[in-house]
Amino acid sequence: MGRRLLLLVPIAVFAAVGGFFLWGLLADRDPSAIPSMLIDRPAPDFALAPPPGVDVPGLTSEDLKGNGVTIVNIFASWCLPCRIEHPVLEGLSSAGNRVVGIDYKDKPADLQAYLRELGNPYQRIGGDQNGRAGIDWGISGVPETFIVDGQGKVRYRHVGPINPGDLEGRIQPVLDALKRAGG
Amino acid sequence: MIPELGHYALILALLVALVQGSLPVIGAARNDPALMATAVPAALAQLITIGLAFLALTWSYVVSDFTVLNVVENSHSAKPLIYKIAGVWGNHEGSLLLWVLILAVFGAGVALFGGNLPERLRARVIGVQGWIAIGFLSFSLFTSNPFARVFPPPPDGQDLNPLLQDIGLAFHPPMLYLGYVGFSIAFAFAIAALLEGRVDAAWARWVRPWTLAAWICLTAGIALGSRWAYYELGWGGWWFWDPVENVSFMPWLMGTALLHSAIVVEKRDALKVWTILLAILTFGLSLLGTFIVRSGLLTSVHAFAVDPARGLYVLALLGIAVGGSLLLYAVRAPALKAGGLFAPVSREGALVLNNLLLATGAGTVLLGTLYPLFVEAFGGGRVSVGAPFFNLTFVPLMLPLVAIMAVGPLLAWKRADLAGVLGRLKLAFLLAVAVGVGAFWAERAQIMAALFLAFAVWLFVGTLVEWAERVRLLRAPLRDVWTRARGLPRAAYGMSFAHAGLAIVVAGMVGSTAWKSEATALLAAGQSMTLGDYTLRFEGVESAPGSNYQSDRATVVLLLDGREIGELHPERRFYPVQGTPTSETAIRTTFLDDVYVVLEEGEGRGRWTLRAYHEPLVPWLWLGAAAMVLGGLLSLSDRRLRVGAPRRARAGSALAARTA
Repeated sequence: MGRRLLLLVPIAVFAAVGGFFLWGLLADRDPSAIPSMLIDRPAPDFALAPPPGVDVPGLTSEDLKGNGVTIVNIFASWCLPCRIEHPVLEGLSSAGNRVVGIDYKDKPADLQAYLRELGNPYQRIGGDQNGRAGIDWGISGVPETFIVDGQGKVRYRHVGPINPGDLEGRIQPVLDALKRAGG
Repeated sequence: MIPELGHYALILALLVALVQGSLPVIGAARNDPALMATAVPAALAQLITIGLAFLALTWSYVVSDFTVLNVVENSHSAKPLIYKIAGVWGNHEGSLLLWVLILAVFGAGVALFGGNLPERLRARVIGVQGWIAIGFLSFSLFTSNPFARVFPPPPDGQDLNPLLQDIGLAFHPPMLYLGYVGFSIAFAFAIAALLEGRVDAAWARWVRPWTLAAWICLTAGIALGSRWAYYELGWGGWWFWDPVENVSFMPWLMGTALLHSAIVVEKRDALKVWTILLAILTFGLSLLGTFIVRSGLLTSVHAFAVDPARGLYVLALLGIAVGGSLLLYAVRAPALKAGGLFAPVSREGALVLNNLLLATGAGTVLLGTLYPLFVEAFGGGRVSVGAPFFNLTFVPLMLPLVAIMAVGPLLAWKRADLAGVLGRLKLAFLLAVAVGVGAFWAERAQIMAALFLAFAVWLFVGTLVEWAERVRLLRAPLRDVWTRARGLPRAAYGMSFAHAGLAIVVAGMVGSTAWKSEATALLAAGQSMTLGDYTLRFEGVESAPGSNYQSDRATVVLLLDGREIGELHPERRFYPVQGTPTSETAIRTTFLDDVYVVLEEGEGRGRWTLRAYHEPLVPWLWLGAAAMVLGGLLSLSDRRLRVGAPRRARAGSALAARTA
């Protein structure tokens, strides 16, 4: 009898693991979402000058305090997904949101051409040529977008381009909630 | 037209698989020779139809037929021909087609070379292969049709991910699949044995060459993949415990265990129930790999595009294949007769210990890989499991494994004299201690490295000692030794090569993790940086166009003690179609170490960042892996396996007498 039970162990283990797999596939989850260590903490300290030839001011961590809800978008002109999400940022900006940018490891001339071609949704742009600020924000690539509240605390992180579905389903609800809470 | 023919051939293949999976199995159950005889032509028809489908897709890639969606998404007209062909399996749909093609190759192999198998066993094995083919062909046709058309056709394709445009990676997936899918034969044999209710020495001898062939391919595939990660990713590492690496490693561990336990079944008629379980689990883990890569269940750098419907389909396949066979196992395994008895200290005992360690190792890797999923399912948030976990759990398990690998081959079957065997390994022990103490002396901080290096020496010398004992080196006249060395079966040399190869691999792992050094500097032309004993002088960067990319190529002169010893040319490439930059590392390999240089982004004013690694002993990783593959090939060419299995014993007793 003991031997028979022992022979049932493999199938029992497999059934348990299979159950987890089924849950993993059916539950509404996004395996690529990585929580940020920054959530509900102050944004990292940084001070970035505007990249040469850009007609908006630079960006420092002080700019994120006391100016209401701010959307911080980390982007680069060489990044294709950034182009894809650009119209979404334009939309957020023209809907009255405060959008600022960190230009990650970019060449000034390329950035100027990028903004000339696609328009500039950013009120401020910090040039992060050596990628130091990117490390402080803990990004895994570009684009990434953070929502910072009026006290300068990071409240939300979005990895990858914001597509229109993300905007409705994820970004807008966070913005609305923060605005209701009074920034 | 050609893509439609391919699609049609694939549908035909599914119909053939339905025949292959039913008639021979029914024939075997009813003992009907006419029905069983359908197995061979069905397996061959399977190969022809899937082969045609594969050729059709390859054709579409070669002529850049941009009316085929799969070609549009993964190819580009300017891509070199070799990468157009490699692009066929560089994506989900095409790689699935390669998967079933290899399955058909193995099925046809059993049909063609299995003439010495008993009719019923062959019919059942081919039938089980047919079941697997039904599952994967329907998966391909219903969820991932590689021949889907697109209208209007775009002017050009979207190109293959530039990281994948590499010669090593072009051959990595086929090798890996040959390994994964090769284990399906062992699986089919196991299911056939359960259906038939008997496992004997003859069965083990039929299973072994197929398992060995799969193991060789998987070993080569993993080595190629890790080599690719090493020189292409530019991080100076060769193994990252990424889920996709782990899922190729688990079947390797299980398959290695299977390879060894099959020996015990063959020689001693013992461990039968365990060997059947290993055969099922090895293929089950191969399927798990396919599932994880294609379902988006875990994040990984090389996961294919995620589609929940596909994930559910593969999970269902996995559930039916593994769940069904484990259920069959639970029901039928008690009917298998237990075989030969042995004392704990014996060759069998050592192989059992080897099996337990390998299986535990595979279990540890599985736990580490799936742990994030388990934690998340219990609401624990997201965690990631990386090298620290595996270094603490898996790596220590391998120490006793390496230790017994040197002892096991010297032990006698049934009952062995451990003290006598350890006495014969005195030389290995002394050398291991000397090297270990020496390494510890040289670098106090690296006690684990010294320990592992000592174990590697123990295994290497122990393997040599075993060979020397067999040929009676230094004990018999030289002419006698020569005759004995020539007379040793190739399988014995295979074992020696594989074990010594692992020792070399372990030494390579130690060197390249413990004694690695790295340096990064921002340099203008003419400036230098130091890396360990080496100096690297940066000479500048020039731009040059490539076939489908733009390249910045640096010249770096390598100096040792002020003397120029070589020139390195790391590159940064930009692939305009995919819009991504890649860096091509430059590596200077000697027998003992690698100097590895990566060109990073320039800052635009003539200065560039260079990252350099010094990796001692890293070439030994590939050298050792090559020795393991060679060992496998030698063993596969052994006369015993070429001549084929003996006819099945009518009664068990005749066998036991012959193989003792």
